[in-house]
Amino acid sequence: MIEVEGLTKRYGRATAVDGISFRVEKGEILGFLGPNGAGKTTTMRILTCYLPPTEGAARVAGYDVFAQPMEVKRRVGYLPETPPLYPDMEVAEYLDFCARIKGVPGRERRRRVADAIEKCRVGDVRHKLIAKLSKGYRQRVGLAQAILHNPDVLILDEPTAGLDPKQIIETRELIRGLGGSHTVILSTHILPEVSMTCGRVVIINKGRVVAEDTPDNLTRRLKGAGTTRIEVRGDEATVLEAVRAVPGVIAAHARGGHDGTAVVDVEAEAGRDVRAELAWAIVTKGHGLVGLQQLGMSLEEIFLHLTTADAEEPAPAA
Amino acid sequence: MTSLRNIAAIFGKEWRHYFGSPIAWVALFVWTMLFGVFFYFSFSFFLEQSMRIAQQGMEYGGGGMKISLNEYLIRPLFHNLAVVALFVAPMLTMRLFAEEKRQGTIELLATSPITDWQVVVGKFLAASGLYSLMILAGLVNVALIWTYATSTPEWKPVATGALGLFLLGACFLAMGTFVSTLTKNQIVAGILSFCLFLGMWTLGWADDPTSGPVMKAVAYLGVTTHLEDLVKGVIDLKDVVFYLSVITFGLFLAHQSVESQRWRA
Repeated sequence: MIEVEGLTKRYGRATAVDGISFRVEKGEILGFLGPNGAGKTTTMRILTCYLPPTEGAARVAGYDVFAQPMEVKRRVGYLPETPPLYPDMEVAEYLDFCARIKGVPGRERRRRVADAIEKCRVGDVRHKLIAKLSKGYRQRVGLAQAILHNPDVLILDEPTAGLDPKQIIETRELIRGLGGSHTVILSTHILPEVSMTCGRVVIINKGRVVAEDTPDNLTRRLKGAGTTRIEVRGDEATVLEAVRAVPGVIAAHARGGHDGTAVVDVEAEAGRDVRAELAWAIVTKGHGLVGLQQLGMSLEEIFLHLTTADAEEPAPAA
Repeated sequence: MTSLRNIAAIFGKEWRHYFGSPIAWVALFVWTMLFGVFFYFSFSFFLEQSMRIAQQGMEYGGGGMKISLNEYLIRPLFHNLAVVALFVAPMLTMRLFAEEKRQGTIELLATSPITDWQVVVGKFLAASGLYSLMILAGLVNVALIWTYATSTPEWKPVATGALGLFLLGACFLAMGTFVSTLTKNQIVAGILSFCLFLGMWTLGWADDPTSGPVMKAVAYLGVTTHLEDLVKGVIDLKDVVFYLSVITFGLFLAHQSVESQRWRA
């Protein structure tokens, strides 16, 4: 549904997007992940025909964003980072205007507006001025605007930014519900969001794609079983020594402790579960094992690992 | 068809902004009030003059000459209102694009299946629509003459004067639409527009009998130069073409500006 090939965007000397390529299949929800300033918004603006690319090509729903922008615009719903709202209009009035300029035929307009209002749960503020709405409602009105013309492709730039936890959960559910019938790209720098809503993740940093996979695969591939955190009653130095002697353990780091308890993070070889051996080693040395917890590698760690890795260290991307 | 629908949608939205905010009301209030004041002064002057001439006529015998309503009322009235238009036009155009840019709603317009031309034309028509409404509201004053005059005055100079006033204002509105695309700040847009309008206005002052061909050409570009004939009741094609050209040029600049800003962004 969306094909991006070697897309580059330069602003004068600065390169915002540097030859990125990816594909999104029909009905997929793709998470676009990266630190602020990584080029997420620029990429989305190119896909919605707001900005022309400097180099490369992007096709949305089979149409080139550069050669056939009108066809693309008809099939794309876009929610920019700040929802594009007119504060002096009422919600229903605003959505009616959006439906007009998005080419929704007159007979269907009422129904489409009512649909979008219902889907985004903004019915109770239908006749309120947008200026008087809370951040959460504004975001939802923005989302309603994006799905109004029933587009094939939805491009959402940080759809949950500024929402409270309950609203975030609702918005995620809404987006998940839109997947399947719509192809969705959403950008975020909130990681749990990606693992909860997206089928696939593209991580970009400094304008380049550094990784692309499902959230689960990314987690698994990078660090195997990952890290185990143990809490031991005993002397830190001897605990470290005992733990390091366990076969399969790569490293052990003290994480501090209190009241005679040491907390140690143990890194094991990929794919190897060393918990039983650890417990055995500690107990036989005469220490008291208070806690043992498998940390794994969270998306946060992967993300930091990928986006802060030194240039000479090859990124473990596909 | 679609393009007309899109233009209508933009028109409706702008109209809504005008009347949903104090802008339209303030503009209408200021305009109709000044229209009334100028009408009152011109009309008093006209009455005074005709009275004086009538007295002279009685003193020296004979009916005395009739003084022209156009000369003493319609012409000064429209000239004064042209000055008011100079001040009111920036009020109507300064927010057209500047506000969309500030709010980020320009992104909505730019990513909707609607062309930049449709947006520019829709906005310009909304501003000229409000401006026409202002002129019509002001003409109520003039209609009073018809109600109370013993002999029906000529309506043609009034109609052509109003047309001239409209065309002059529409030039300002088109240029103001362009200036509004240049900045995010309404106030800056308003001030710049006013300076530009003033410049367009003063070009006409270059016209004086001693000036050379270059100054004559400059004077020809002045917006007030072409108002002369229209307020006298004469529709000269070259004046109308001049105004329409300036309007087209302003809209063209606005369109180029909107389009190019995305390329440079």
